[in-house]
Amino acid sequence: MNRIQQKLHEHKKLLSIYFTAGYPTLNDTVTVIENLEKAGVDMIEIGLPFSDPLADGPTIQASSTQALKNGMTTTVLFEQLKDIRKTVTIPLIAMGYFNPMLQYGVEAFCAKCKEIGIDGLIIPDLPVDVYQEEYQTIFEKYGLINVFLITPQTSDERIRFIDSVSNGFIYMVSSASTTGAKSGFGNAQSNYFERIAAMNLKNPQIVGFGISNKQTFQQATQQARGAIIGSAFIKHISTNGIANLDQFVNPIIS
Amino acid sequence: MSYNINEKGYYGEFGGAYIPEMLYPNVEELRQNYLKVMAEPSFQEEFNQLLKDYVGRPSPLYFAKRLSKKYKTKIYLKREDLNHTGAHKVNNTIGQILMAQRLGKKRIIAETGAGQHGVATATVCALMGMECIVYMGEIDIARQAPNVARMKMLGATVIPALSGSRTLKDATNEAIRDWINNPVDTHYIIGSAIGPHPYPDMVTKFQSIISEEIKSQLKEKEGTENPDYVIACIGGGSNAAGTYYHFLENEDVGIIAVEAAGKGIHSGESAATSVLGKEGIIHGCKTLLMQTDDGQITEPYSISAGLDYPGVGPLHSHLYRTGRGEFYSATDDEAMQAGLELAKLEGIIPAIETSHALAVFNYKTFKPDDIVVISLSGRGDKDLNNYIEYFNL
Repeated sequence: MNRIQQKLHEHKKLLSIYFTAGYPTLNDTVTVIENLEKAGVDMIEIGLPFSDPLADGPTIQASSTQALKNGMTTTVLFEQLKDIRKTVTIPLIAMGYFNPMLQYGVEAFCAKCKEIGIDGLIIPDLPVDVYQEEYQTIFEKYGLINVFLITPQTSDERIRFIDSVSNGFIYMVSSASTTGAKSGFGNAQSNYFERIAAMNLKNPQIVGFGISNKQTFQQATQQARGAIIGSAFIKHISTNGIANLDQFVNPIIS
Repeated sequence: MSYNINEKGYYGEFGGAYIPEMLYPNVEELRQNYLKVMAEPSFQEEFNQLLKDYVGRPSPLYFAKRLSKKYKTKIYLKREDLNHTGAHKVNNTIGQILMAQRLGKKRIIAETGAGQHGVATATVCALMGMECIVYMGEIDIARQAPNVARMKMLGATVIPALSGSRTLKDATNEAIRDWINNPVDTHYIIGSAIGPHPYPDMVTKFQSIISEEIKSQLKEKEGTENPDYVIACIGGGSNAAGTYYHFLENEDVGIIAVEAAGKGIHSGESAATSVLGKEGIIHGCKTLLMQTDDGQITEPYSISAGLDYPGVGPLHSHLYRTGRGEFYSATDDEAMQAGLELAKLEGIIPAIETSHALAVFNYKTFKPDDIVVISLSGRGDKDLNNYIEYFNL
C-alpha cells in the first residue's frame, strides 16, 4: 500500500503543508521537509516552481519566481531529494504544473519519483480526461497516486467521474479562487462541504485554498479528512525562516 | 490530412484544453455552446450587421500597384487596418461580446500586449454597456500610453500585471487568474488564436471573415477565388488564422507566415516561436512555445509589442509541423524598412506587426503572374513613436 493510502487510514484529521522547493534559498528543500515532519505534519506537497503558475495567487507566485532565480529545476530537485527516504517517512507529493514534467519526460519523471520515494502527484493543469487517456497507465506502473481537484463549481457528474479515476484522495478547492486569495469560510463553503460529504465518495477529501490557521483548519476538516495549507506557510517561512516550524504547526494541530 | 480542428479540440497533435479544474466549468460551457450560438440566425444577423455598420466591413482588397511593380508580382493588400479601432482585432471582440451576452455574462475581462486587443475589447464593451477589465503588463502600459488612454476613455479599467516579466504573457496569466476568481458572471475575451479549446477555433472562426471576403473580392478582380499565396504576420496568430481559414484545405493556395525574429533568430532576443519553440503547454493549450530545457516559459523579444508572445496558436504549430505553411521570420530592421517602404510606395503606414508580413520579400521571390494577398492587419498610428525613434523622423 502506498504511503498516502496508509496515512488516509489513520483516524485523525490530516494536516498537509505545501511549500515551494528551493525557497527561501535553493538548498532549503530537504530541511523544510525534515522540519515539517518533526513538527508533526502528516503529509507534504513539494511544489515544483513554474514560471507561469496560473492557479496561484501572489504569495506562491513570488516564492516560485524566487525559487527559479535561486536555480531550482526539476533535475536539481530530484538530486536534492535523492536520500530523502533515509530521514523522512510521511507521504510526499510532488505538486507542479504540467509543462516542466512534459519537458522532463512524463515516464522519466514518474520513474524518478518512484526511485526517490515520492508517493503522489498533483498537477493542476493536467485535466482528468487527458490523464485517463494518455498517462494513467504510466502513473500506475510506477505506483504513483494522482490527485485531482474539485471546486464548488464542479458538477456532481464530474465529481463522480473524478472519484472513479482517483485512488488516493480528492483535493477539494474550498472556493472559486487562486491560492491565498481568500481566508475564512462562510455559508457557501459550509454548504459545499456538506454537499460533498453527502455524496459518499470512495476517495476521502482533503480541503485546500483559504486555510491559514487553527480555526479554518477545523472548519475545513469538520467533514473532510484533512486540509492543506500553502500560502500561509510560505508567508511564515519568508518572515520567520525554516528552523522552528513547530511555531507554525503547533497552534494548528494542538 | 485535415488542417481544421478535430472533435477533441486538436489540430493534429496541438491544441486541447490543459486547464486547472477551476476553469473547467467556464471553458466547458463555452465549448458546448459556441458552435450552436454562432449558428443561430439571430447571432449571424447581429454579427454581420455590426461588422458592416460599426466596423466598416467589408474591408477593401487593394491592388498595390507600385509595390507589385517593385517585386514583380501581383500584390493585393487586405485592408484590416481600415477597420474601426485600426486592426483586425475587432472582428473577434464583436463576435465574443455577442457570445458573452448570449451566455448571460455581465463582466468582460481581456489581456492585451500592445493594447490593440484591449482597445477593441473596451470598444465593444462600451457599445454593449458591459463592465470591462483589461490586464496589461506594467512594462507595456509604459510603452503604449496612447492605447491605455483610449481604453480608459472607453470606460475600461486597466489593471497592470505586476508578476513575472510584466508583459503580454503575464497579462494573460492575470486574466486567467481573474477568471478563476470570478467563474460565474465573467467572460474572458482572449485576443488571439490561443488558449484552451474552444478559443483557438472560436477566434479563428470570428476572424475567418477576412478570408471569406478575400475570396469574393478576388473573384471580382481576378476571376478566381484563390490566390497563389496568402501571407500574414504571426504572434499568437489571429489575423493569420483568419486570413488562411478558407484556404486551409486547398493546397493550391500557399500559406506563408512571418514571425518576429527580433534582433536575429539566435540573438537571444527574438520571438520566432516556430524555430525556437518546442512542444509544450502555455495558457491552456499544447503548442510550440519558447522555453528553457527545464520547461520554464521564456520571455520573447520583438520591436513589435503585438508579436512578442512566447507561444503560437495551435493551428499554426500544426501548419508548421506538417509543412502546410511556409514560415519565415523578419528582424526588427527588416520589418521597419518594409513598413517605411509601404508608406513611400503606397501611402499606407502599417502597424509594425504588419510590417513583418511585408518583409516577406526579403526571403521569397514570387513569379510575375502569382497573385499574392497580404493581410494588412493594422495601421501604424499607434507605432508612430517607434517609427519616429527608429528613423529619426
